[in-house]
Amino acid sequence: MYARPIARSIAPVTPTEELTIELNGRPHAVVAGTTLADLVARTLPNARAFAVEVNRRVVPRRELAERRVAPGDSIEIVTLVGGG
Amino acid sequence: MTTTSTHPFPLPPLRIAGFELKSRLVTGTGKYRDYEAMQRALDASGCDVVTVAVRRERLVDAAGRSLLDFLDLERYTILPNTAGCFSADDAVRVARLGREILDSVDNPGKGWVKLEVLGDRKTLLPDPVGTLEACRELVKDGFTVLCYSSDDPIMAVRLRDAGAASVMPAGSPIGSGRGVANPANIQLILELLKVASSGGEPSYPVIVDAGVGTPSDITLAMELGADGVLLNTGIAHAQDPVRMAHAMRLALESGYHGLRSGRIGRKLHASASSPWEGSIASVVIPGE
Repeated sequence: MYARPIARSIAPVTPTEELTIELNGRPHAVVAGTTLADLVARTLPNARAFAVEVNRRVVPRRELAERRVAPGDSIEIVTLVGGG
Repeated sequence: MTTTSTHPFPLPPLRIAGFELKSRLVTGTGKYRDYEAMQRALDASGCDVVTVAVRRERLVDAAGRSLLDFLDLERYTILPNTAGCFSADDAVRVARLGREILDSVDNPGKGWVKLEVLGDRKTLLPDPVGTLEACRELVKDGFTVLCYSSDDPIMAVRLRDAGAASVMPAGSPIGSGRGVANPANIQLILELLKVASSGGEPSYPVIVDAGVGTPSDITLAMELGADGVLLNTGIAHAQDPVRMAHAMRLALESGYHGLRSGRIGRKLHASASSPWEGSIASVVIPGE
C-alpha cells in the first residue's frame, strides 16, 4: 500500500522528453505534454488572428488549451494574408 | 477627392444570402506595394467587402506586420478565399480554417467563402469538377458559398443548383487584364441565372470575377447585367492604384446606370442631333 507513492516520488523525472510533429510542413520537436495553446504561444507570441488544424481537421480555439500534441501530428497554423 | 454619395441615383445594396453589400465592387487585398497603398486604394474603391487568402503563419516573423493590422474590421466584411487550392478537399479545409480565423476576430465574414478550386497553375482556370464537389460540401457545412467559375453557362447553372449563393464567372483568367473575353457567355449566364423564363431568379447575384484590367471592363460587365464585379490585380498593379480604384468605382456606377437607362439602338445611319429646320445651307445636301 505504501510502496507505490514512495516509488513514484523517487523515480527519475523526465520533463524534457521530446516528440516530433510536423508543423506547417516541417519537422518540429516539442516537449511531451505540450498543448496546442503552448505551441501557438511559443511559435507565434504576437499572433492575433490564426486557426489551428491537426491532421486536416480544424481545432476550435476553445479546445487549444486542453488538446495535447501527439507524436507524428501534422499541425498547421494559418493566418490571413492579402489575396484576391 | 470628390464623393459620389450625394448624387441622385444611389446604387441599391447587393444582397447575397444573409449578406448586404453596400458597394457592388469587391476588392482584393493582394499584390499591393505595401499595406499603406492597399489601405488607400480600398478606401478609394468605396468597397465594403474585401477578399483575403489563408496561408501558413510565417513562424520566424511573428512580430512582422500583419494584414489585419491594416484592415478596419468594423468597416470591412472579410471574404476569405480558397485561392491556391487544386483539390476539393484542400478547398474545404481552407474554407474551414478561414471561418475559424474570422470567428476569432468576430468578423461577419466567418459565414461565407469565395470558393476557388483551380485546375492549372499557368492559367489558374477553375477545375469545374472539383469546384462542384467542394461547393456541395461547403453548402452542407453551412457556408454561404460565392463560387468562382469559368464563364461556362451550364457550369454556372450546376453551381447554382448545388447551392452556391452567388456564381462568379471569370471575365478572363485571374490577373490577365483581358477584361470580359467572351461577353456572349456572360450574357448567357445572366440569362440562365437571372431571367425567370429561362429558369432563373432576378435577384440571384452574379458577380464577374477576375480578368479586369481597366475601368471599361467593369462598365461592360455591368452593362451586360452583372450584379457586381470582383477584382484585385487591375487596381493593385496599376501605376497609381488609388486613382485606378476611384476610376473602377465610377466605371461600375456608369455601367449599372447605363444598363437601366434604356440605351439607344445601334443604327447604320446617322441621326442628326441639331435640327434641319432653319439651317442656312446654300447647297443641295448630299444624300437628301
